[in-house]
Amino acid sequence: MAGLTGRMSTVVKAKVSKLLDKAEDPAETLDYSYQKQVEQLQNVKKGIADVVTAKKRLQMQETTLQQQVVKLDTQARQALSGGQEDLARQALERKNVVQTELQSLDTQVAELEDQQTKLVDSEQKLRAKIEAFRTKKEVIKAQYSAADAQVRISEAATGVGEQMADVGLAMQRAVDKTENMKARANAVTELEAAGTFDDITALGSGEDDIDRQLKQLSSTSAVDDDLAKLKAEVGAGAPPAGEIPAAGASSAAEEAPQAPAEGGQG
Amino acid sequence: MIVRVSGEDQYRLEDVDGQINELDNAVVAAVEAGDEQRFHSSYDELLSFVRAHGTPLAEDDLEGSDLILPPPDISLAEAQSEFTGAGLIPD
Repeated sequence: MAGLTGRMSTVVKAKVSKLLDKAEDPAETLDYSYQKQVEQLQNVKKGIADVVTAKKRLQMQETTLQQQVVKLDTQARQALSGGQEDLARQALERKNVVQTELQSLDTQVAELEDQQTKLVDSEQKLRAKIEAFRTKKEVIKAQYSAADAQVRISEAATGVGEQMADVGLAMQRAVDKTENMKARANAVTELEAAGTFDDITALGSGEDDIDRQLKQLSSTSAVDDDLAKLKAEVGAGAPPAGEIPAAGASSAAEEAPQAPAEGGQG
Repeated sequence: MIVRVSGEDQYRLEDVDGQINELDNAVVAAVEAGDEQRFHSSYDELLSFVRAHGTPLAEDDLEGSDLILPPPDISLAEAQSEFTGAGLIPD
């Protein structure tokens, strides 16, 4: 059969038969196959551990970014209280970027969790096949002549080989996904190291490249909204600087007229 | 015939070659057209057909499959690489 399914079948079968061709003597085939199967099972375990490690790394990064959000929000508040609206705007812009990154991390963590589940499931299936193969191998050794055994071994080894190819595919896809995420995580770490998410008040009002990039990246309207809300809060004798109200808790922000951010443009 | 859904299970199906071929052709057409939406809907249809008409093989069954379907969450790009030879299956 041609098409998607046919192509996939052909490729898997070629790999399985390549695996079987390596040993011609029946006893050797049995031992070789079994040894390969157990090795593959170890690889799957290692693959699962790698996915878990990658996931933990992303979760740690999430924690760091969450702290940055709190810090930037505090700084925006302080800046506004001190009448430095430009600075407040910058802090909010950065907060916006960090929050976008957080959302993307959430998605990635969920994706890795999905990969982990699939690999655990694959490992369990492969284990069941290997166990069946081990039993069958003893039966074949005991009951069949060399010639007959060859056929039976081929059949049994094909079944396990196919499962191994399938697990291999699941592993490959998991590795590809984690590699992509690692690259992205490294990029974020570099941004952090470059001070992109760092103490905004230390930066003063001077604009650098990063600032300009940030402005392009962050959604201006979202920042305008944030600033208007913050103004309403700070102006209405809101909590002391540094204290973050619970999300959506400020009715003042909702009732306040949408202040056109004219002051912020100059 | 025995059909494996990659990353999932193996199913035993009887007398469905024609139907599977037809569903497969629809998937191929969508891949060739580069139509992501049509690809997913036609491939879901093929998978649903196999799951609905097949009986899952026991876990310790060592039979090989006659047909192997790519993973259900395959992307159009991955499906396209299937055809160009840079296939999904690692060496």
